[in-house]
Amino acid sequence: MEKRLSELLEGEKGRITASKGSGPVHKRLLEMGLVRGAIVEIEKVAPLGDPIEIKVKNYNLSLRKSEAENILVDVIE
Amino acid sequence: MKKITIAVAGNPNVGKSTLFNAFTGARQHVGNWPGKTIEKKEGELRHEGHNIKIVDLPGTYSLTAYSIEEIVARNYIVDEHPDAVIHIVDSTNLERNLYLTLQLIELGANVVLALNMTDLAEKQKIEIDEKKISHFLNIPVVKIQARKKQGIDKLIKVTIEEAGKKRHKKPQMRYGKELRPHIIELGDIAKKLNLSEGYNPRWIVLKLLECDDQVRSLVEKIDGGKELIEEVRKTRVHLVHIFGEDVDTVLANARYGFIAGLMKESVNKKAEGQLTISDKIDRFVTNRYLGIPFFLFVMWLMFTITFEVAAPFMDLIDWSFGWMSGIAVGWVASVNGPEWLASLIADGIMGGVGSVLIFVPNIFLLFMVIAILEDSGYMARAAFIMDRLMHKIGLHGKSFIPMILGFGCNVPAIMATRTLENKKDRLLTILINPLMSCSARLPVYVLFVGAFFAEYQGLVIFSLYLLGITLAILMGLIFKKSLFPGLSSPFVMELPPYRMPTLTGILVHMWERGSLFIKKAGTMIFVIVLFIWFLANLPMGVEYASQESLIGQMGSLIAPIFEPCGFGSWQASSSLLFGFAAKEVVVGTLGTVYGVGEEALVDSLRNTFTPLSAYAFMVFTLLYVPCMAVISVIKKETNSWKWPIFTVVYTTLLAWVVSFIVYQGGLLLGFT
Repeated sequence: MEKRLSELLEGEKGRITASKGSGPVHKRLLEMGLVRGAIVEIEKVAPLGDPIEIKVKNYNLSLRKSEAENILVDVIE
Repeated sequence: MKKITIAVAGNPNVGKSTLFNAFTGARQHVGNWPGKTIEKKEGELRHEGHNIKIVDLPGTYSLTAYSIEEIVARNYIVDEHPDAVIHIVDSTNLERNLYLTLQLIELGANVVLALNMTDLAEKQKIEIDEKKISHFLNIPVVKIQARKKQGIDKLIKVTIEEAGKKRHKKPQMRYGKELRPHIIELGDIAKKLNLSEGYNPRWIVLKLLECDDQVRSLVEKIDGGKELIEEVRKTRVHLVHIFGEDVDTVLANARYGFIAGLMKESVNKKAEGQLTISDKIDRFVTNRYLGIPFFLFVMWLMFTITFEVAAPFMDLIDWSFGWMSGIAVGWVASVNGPEWLASLIADGIMGGVGSVLIFVPNIFLLFMVIAILEDSGYMARAAFIMDRLMHKIGLHGKSFIPMILGFGCNVPAIMATRTLENKKDRLLTILINPLMSCSARLPVYVLFVGAFFAEYQGLVIFSLYLLGITLAILMGLIFKKSLFPGLSSPFVMELPPYRMPTLTGILVHMWERGSLFIKKAGTMIFVIVLFIWFLANLPMGVEYASQESLIGQMGSLIAPIFEPCGFGSWQASSSLLFGFAAKEVVVGTLGTVYGVGEEALVDSLRNTFTPLSAYAFMVFTLLYVPCMAVISVIKKETNSWKWPIFTVVYTTLLAWVVSFIVYQGGLLLGFT
């Protein structure tokens, strides 16, 4: 099932199918490893509800939900 | 023998500083990159007759023109062409780290890959075959443990060998069937251009394909450059048509695809999906319910350590200055020296400098705590927890770190805003930073709180810090609405694994920042205290620091302005005037204008202030004009006079208005 990364719940895993958007943020997300095929897992939502913490390529990355919206994933677990 | 230059590159939080310290020991000096405000560290190393210069590049994830750090790092490699570049990586996080390695190789540098934290990788059951990685990338690979200084000698040896090789000769990663012919074709055009020696034509092509503005404007200036740019544009259109994705995505996919292949062949992860220690700590530290209480606890701990632990050291310094002053005065009397000389030494020099240096323990401890928070990895969590809130006031979670540093000193804090990629974000953070109560304001609070609020010292001081924070938020909101409408910048940040901070790391950090304060205290404040002493003694013949002296006259002139705020005495005004130079000078000046020692000063203050007016005075001191050093650093960081002047005006107005409200409001509520 395809979802936006921002819609995943804590503990859910997905495989990235596309990274939309443009500009420096889009490029930075790619560079940080959020490329097609990468497996991401939602580690945590910050205490105030935003940003989120994800695990990708064996490290932890945080990003805002508004940024995670542009990344599409196939839910795998 | 020729001098070898080696640059050290790497992601943040991979042990780059530790490696740099292991290489150079104490033989390092810290300066700035030319024309930039980013710290540049250099050091010397001798190894088997080789004279080696080591340059520490800023920590970056990539070499696009995303932040100033990235531009500085890549320009150094291109323009200064170091003989070799050591890329230090975190072995537990190889995949993302290797992205930078690929870029360094593409830049044409002689790269040596240093796999750091191999012990942690072993613990996580990650097996790394460095020979295979070396084969894949065509560069030497060395396993090291920077903290235990293991593998350092081998790393130097390999790097020296590599430094002797010609640059731009290494075979490069291939971009796949579809991309490769285009890159070669465009590369051939780029080769014919008159590029300066440091540039690798292939790298130029790749950057143009990625729409790198900096490279584009460089190529535009060269003969035939416009034609190349046009060819690249056509290729981009063609590639978008074929891949159905933008070229950035295509290139990033290709690079990570290559890395994935490398990982599969040379890295064996036996325990996938296991919870790391960091994850376990984070279950508690960034927990939905416990995260914020824990954060507040850390802030409280930071203050307690800074003030409680410092107390005995402060007493010692106080005592020794009194002792030295006594000896000096005794000596002047024994040789029948003039009375003014004794006064200059006791009141001017010892009194002034002593009353500043007494706060050195506070400041060092505060910087120590901040260093522990940074090195342990908690700072990033603090940004993670605070981002929602900071974002609401138009700031970034990362702005939180400079704001916290502002409690130490606004000068390094404003320098720390460089980690913010967005210019407007940075500017906003800089503008409200002076409202964070720096440690130089502490002497003023300590003095007044000791005199008027002995029973509630901690609480009263805490309320001032809180007031500063509240006003910073308020002004942030106002500035965001009025000066930077529509501002929003991304929050894409690594949460590095927790690590036990090392003693050396903390001491180095603490010393670098703390010594900034001592330098200020030692030179500028010394001069100012002497200046005040002279103002207090001129015109000739007046009684020392009396109302007839220059200092008294200046204070008297502006005193009526502060009458409605509760501190309209000429002494208060004079000390505020000099507080512009540096806030801690307020205390020194008060000592001078009342013409009394530290203990008697408290009595003098009790005669001229009430608890309410003392509080209003502290509020004013908190808010008005940041010191000269802050103004000059704002000028430097914003590269214009507009923002420092704006800061002076708005903070002074704010200070007057708030202390007016505090005093008059307090009177209405029946306080005195």
